[in-house]
Amino acid sequence: MSASAAKPEQLGKITDIGSLRSRFPALAQRVRGKPLAYLDNAASSQCPDVVLDAMLEQQRSNHANVHRGVHTLSERATEAYEGAREKVRAYLNASGTDEIVFTRGTTESINLVAASLGGALLREGDEVLITHMEHHSNIIPWQLVCERTGARLVPAPITDNGELDLTAFERLLTERTRIVAVAHVSNALGTVNPLERIIELAHAAGARVLVDGAQAMAHLRPDVAALDCDFYAFSGHKMFAPTGIGVLYGKRALLDRMPPYQGGGEMILSVSFEKTVYNALPYKFEAGTPNITGAVALGAAVDFLDGIDFDALAAHEHDLLTYATERVAALPGARIIGTAEHKAAVLSFVLDRVHAHDVGTVVDSEGVAIRTGHHCAMPVMERFGVPATARASFALYNNRDDVDRLIVGLERALEMFS
Amino acid sequence: MNELRELYREVILDHNRSPRNFGELENADRVVEGVNPLCGDRMTLYVKLGDGRIADIKFKGTGCAISVASSSLMTERVKGATVEESMRLFEQIHDMLTGHGAVPESLDKLAALGGVREYPARVKCASLGWHALKTALSGENDRVSTE
Repeated sequence: MSASAAKPEQLGKITDIGSLRSRFPALAQRVRGKPLAYLDNAASSQCPDVVLDAMLEQQRSNHANVHRGVHTLSERATEAYEGAREKVRAYLNASGTDEIVFTRGTTESINLVAASLGGALLREGDEVLITHMEHHSNIIPWQLVCERTGARLVPAPITDNGELDLTAFERLLTERTRIVAVAHVSNALGTVNPLERIIELAHAAGARVLVDGAQAMAHLRPDVAALDCDFYAFSGHKMFAPTGIGVLYGKRALLDRMPPYQGGGEMILSVSFEKTVYNALPYKFEAGTPNITGAVALGAAVDFLDGIDFDALAAHEHDLLTYATERVAALPGARIIGTAEHKAAVLSFVLDRVHAHDVGTVVDSEGVAIRTGHHCAMPVMERFGVPATARASFALYNNRDDVDRLIVGLERALEMFS
Repeated sequence: MNELRELYREVILDHNRSPRNFGELENADRVVEGVNPLCGDRMTLYVKLGDGRIADIKFKGTGCAISVASSSLMTERVKGATVEESMRLFEQIHDMLTGHGAVPESLDKLAALGGVREYPARVKCASLGWHALKTALSGENDRVSTE
């Protein structure tokens, strides 16, 4: 073997982002007779071959329960499951695997913190500070715990271009604020929030910070140690893994003091009818048999992302967003919703002559998948005075051709509804 | 492409462009708010009753072309009809939208709504106004949701 036949990983990270498209089998299909242009990545992104292979292999050869049996398959399953946890830990730069809790997704991760930390911490008169751009999943869990404890939920306003009003945020952050919960990236607007500043301000005020990272993971690589956030929540299916698996990162000192969220198997050390001793972290928060295959698939997705040059990815997505924004804005009656300076590749828009749902159906007939509706962010829709928007959201495998296809669909919708 | 044309037939596009009986009705006997949580669509239906008939009917709100056209076609059809006839019509429309059986000829213009059968995600858009009508005529409550 010659010296030049080095393995790909030795050659460094992948910079040719365009080459990655062929790794996603789902993108090769035709929809309504047209090649699929998949632009609904903020809802769910497709899985690359390595993730699909990992899922199949796990189910085919290693399907058994974890942490239970002494038999070989159970040991393999445990190794694969815990191996995935270590991959996630390393990827996020967390200090230990005990800080990585596997959940069903971002929603469950946030509910866990709201119920467990919120339930233990919040008293009447305390406040939970969120923002006006949060997904319902980062609103309702806090509303529920506020109702239970008598605490108050306070939303910080956003500006007309969809950015967090930092001055107002600072003003609303008081000694009553016990928890700050904020999206890393807004699902409806694409806005990337200034997390470093938010976390610094919140900590100075003595509040704990949960970051909803659901929309960030496909575009950015969070370093939880550098961010110094207390919790970071995300879902597998928005980062090239399947549905039903997600992660809660939490600082050990906090997770340790928090009461369990759900009871069941796995989360205990010993049980009697008088007293139960809870298991160590992270198992204290993983009641019941976990989604083992999902975790293994997430580990494969993390490996896949780890192999990519994120500067090249950012440049690729920036080009797509800029191109798509220009093309959509040039259509008659188009209005872009969310024009923050720092945006992820998410383009929400309305056409004044065509309702978002009709836009969605017409572009689907051209093989183009976008999301239409309120995007589980009704307060955002209200803020911008629209009942619904159409949203094209991009991932690393999209290209300018997908944008052109979207424009063809939109032009058809305009023609139909003229 | 043909399926799309089946969905957005000319009569649908026309009623979306210029909805009939659009606006508020003063002195309405029944006012029902209809919401489609999936789309964020909202419509309010106003019904004036007299002698067992729908003496007058109007609607207002925001919605997609299917939702607006369906409500518009509905008001056009049931204005002046008896409550009994209108309830029967609701059942026929409901059966048509959910794909049971052939489209009855008696539906006439309303048969245009049959195109949504190929688009399960849009059935709720087409049924919103009709559910509001049923609620208004039953006098059950003042709010209806497609969920």
